[in-house]
Amino acid sequence: MIHIVKKEVPKTRDKMIIRVAAILAALLVASIIVIFAGANPLQLYFGILQGCFGSVHRFAATMEKMVPLLVLSLGVMVAFKMQFWNIGAEGQFLMGAVGATLVVRLLPNLPLPIMLLCMMILAFVFGAVWLMIPAFFKARFGTNETLFTLMLNYIALTLVTALQYDFWKDPAASGMPKIANLPDNALLPTVSGFNLSIFFVVIIVLVMYFFMNKSKKGFEIAVLGESENTARYIGLNITKTIMIAALVSGGLCGLVGMFQISGVSGALSVEITGGLGFTAIIVAWLSGLKVPFVVTNAFFFAILLQGASYIQTAFQIPSSVAEMIQAIILFFILGSEFLLRYRFVRDQTESEVA
Amino acid sequence: MNNDYVVRMKNITKVFGKVKALDHVEFSLKKGEVHAILGENGAGKSSLMNVLNGIYMPDEGSVEVKGQIVKITSPKDALNLGIGMLPQHYKLVEVFSAIENVAAGSRKTPPFLNKKKILDDMGKLIDKLGMDIDPHKKVYEMSVAEKQSLEIFKVLYRGADILILDEPTAVLTPQEINNLFGIIRKMVNNGCSVIIITHKLEEVMEISDRITIMRKGTTIQTVNKNETNQQELAGMMVGDVMELNVPYVQVERGKKCLEVKSLTAVDRNKVNILDHVSFDLYAGEILGVAGIAGSGQKELCEGIAGLYPIKSGEVIFEGENIVGKTPEKIYDLGISLSFVPEDRLGMGLVSSMDIIDNVLLKDYRNKKGWGISRAVSRGKAEMLVEKLNVSTPAIENHAVSLLSGGNIQKVLLGREIALDPKLMVTAYATRGLDVGSSQIIYELLNAQKVKMKPIMYVGEDLDVLMNLCDRIMVLCEGKITGIVDPRKTTKEAIGLLMSGVMDEGGEK
Repeated sequence: MIHIVKKEVPKTRDKMIIRVAAILAALLVASIIVIFAGANPLQLYFGILQGCFGSVHRFAATMEKMVPLLVLSLGVMVAFKMQFWNIGAEGQFLMGAVGATLVVRLLPNLPLPIMLLCMMILAFVFGAVWLMIPAFFKARFGTNETLFTLMLNYIALTLVTALQYDFWKDPAASGMPKIANLPDNALLPTVSGFNLSIFFVVIIVLVMYFFMNKSKKGFEIAVLGESENTARYIGLNITKTIMIAALVSGGLCGLVGMFQISGVSGALSVEITGGLGFTAIIVAWLSGLKVPFVVTNAFFFAILLQGASYIQTAFQIPSSVAEMIQAIILFFILGSEFLLRYRFVRDQTESEVA
Repeated sequence: MNNDYVVRMKNITKVFGKVKALDHVEFSLKKGEVHAILGENGAGKSSLMNVLNGIYMPDEGSVEVKGQIVKITSPKDALNLGIGMLPQHYKLVEVFSAIENVAAGSRKTPPFLNKKKILDDMGKLIDKLGMDIDPHKKVYEMSVAEKQSLEIFKVLYRGADILILDEPTAVLTPQEINNLFGIIRKMVNNGCSVIIITHKLEEVMEISDRITIMRKGTTIQTVNKNETNQQELAGMMVGDVMELNVPYVQVERGKKCLEVKSLTAVDRNKVNILDHVSFDLYAGEILGVAGIAGSGQKELCEGIAGLYPIKSGEVIFEGENIVGKTPEKIYDLGISLSFVPEDRLGMGLVSSMDIIDNVLLKDYRNKKGWGISRAVSRGKAEMLVEKLNVSTPAIENHAVSLLSGGNIQKVLLGREIALDPKLMVTAYATRGLDVGSSQIIYELLNAQKVKMKPIMYVGEDLDVLMNLCDRIMVLCEGKITGIVDPRKTTKEAIGLLMSGVMDEGGEK
């Protein structure tokens, strides 16, 4: 028999070796599919890099993909640190976008800086509330946050659908079910493809680094996540801590809704999330819930996303192939995490049970 | 004569790390007898039974069941030999009925449930044993005693004729205990043999035929019930008073600091886990709390700190009743609870964090503003490691869970003492520590006492309690059975108090 045993803490060098090996192995396996699709794997992989860094414009596109993913990942990271399984980032993202759109609809003539500020605040509040609802029930009645946040995703999605097809439908779109594009005074300024959200992201990353590592609240969240008993023992107000973590986590995810409509899509629609709220869960988890690694991993995922969309057009391969390559790489990396934490040992015939 | 014995365990030794849990233990069980295993906490009672049940493999020694030498590697093996152990915490499916719980996991059960057949079998057994089980009652509707009957029944149904009951009476009312003993007697009449782990002397005298006394991992003696009495048993259980190097410091005791009045609390099973507990604690004294594990020590400590719900009664600290206050508020009043639960890392420390962050746990609030500063905590951590001789590769980025138990203990206690609390409540402060480290802890506690701090010390080693404490309060099943002066009493007397025999001449 073969047993799976938990490893002692792996060394950084071993970690690097395993991760690099995983990526190489993934590329090797993906090559088979690429060859079937009629392309040269090496050229294709080089193409991915070109698609991401080949020009200022392409690099801007990569960053554009990184921004929402990074902020969402930071958001879910906060909740995860408390072992509060927020898988409702999608919903908070959408609600944030709804909040931002609401500002524009109610006060369409605000000057740009004030408009952007109001949009950001409302997006943050909407996202935060969307997570504080399940957090409240969890703290008060011990409900399961996983199911709760998941179901709120569908409610958010249905709400946006209703807005798009009915309440906020643009009469000028000649029957097309869409919400009107944001006016110019509600769009994030752009410099050669890079929009202002990148600037905010830098601030968010720094703040979050401080919050998680150097702030009282961040410390309390980590303690509560590790052991509720300890949290009670040092006299933490558990309900309050859960609500604060939900505020930050949901708020960040909501903020992404504003960045996305104001910086990328230009209007609220059901498609704006693109499943990023779920990808963010993987990013946060792979990063070991540490801010610097969230940044690097979000960057890596952005490369995958941007590279995949580039090679579709450049190499004329179907989008499904690009997605398969993405999936294979992801699969190998997730698999390597397992190898980092566990090892296989052969059973000794007379082994101890205790 | 050999056929008389259904179980013979010879020379059993089991070592965990450096600790000898069992040291050349001898044990035998005759057919059709009730055999009690008696001992204090950590005497090795449960370890020995876990060996018999196949949960532990012994490092040395042999096990003979029904005349054959066997190797038991799992509870399933044990059951094949007819050995069934009743878990201390019941493992029943709450939403299933009795009959479904019996069927689940039984190898007699075919792929499709034949409820009628099981019902028939059950009926026969129920009649034979005079048990009170309704086969269709759901487990969540059952009382503790019913659940226990069901567990016993489950084991019997699976064909066990050697039953191990691990402290079965701990959660029962006196009537239920009588009931249980009735069932045990009927089982024995039907050819079963029963091992019962306990520490209650009265029950031992009532139910058992023979008694094996264990202490510190060794068998002291096996005696016939008819040839002994409670005093003798208590004496064997606790042993002679050892001269320890625990210094007793004479301090004139000061004013009353803490007054506990008729404190009552209930556990999950609605049993009184604290039953009208009343005592005072004075400045400059160490009040020892003795008792068998689970007599309410944990609840008492947590109750004072506001972590355990109190049903009635008062805890008066500095003239103010603190029952009903949140842990935060109580913490702000300066009550430090350096409570070390059985699972050391469960409450006092965060296992995945390093020493600095664990020191920070109690410090971070002192800094103003939003941020935390590790500089102060780092200094404290360094001092703590040096002063208490904690062996650790680093105080940073090295999770405390990777340290040895003794070192974890030092970190926890060192941190609490460094906080200079107004009231210290410590539990099992030296559990798992070697002699040298224990010595350091005792000295720290004594130093606190000299500073006129009131200290409550929950302990399990009577020798230490008797040497260290000014007074010893004995708990049994949530009641105070006596508060005694250790210098005016005997260890045996305390042993009797621990077993629920009421105070006869202590300083009340």
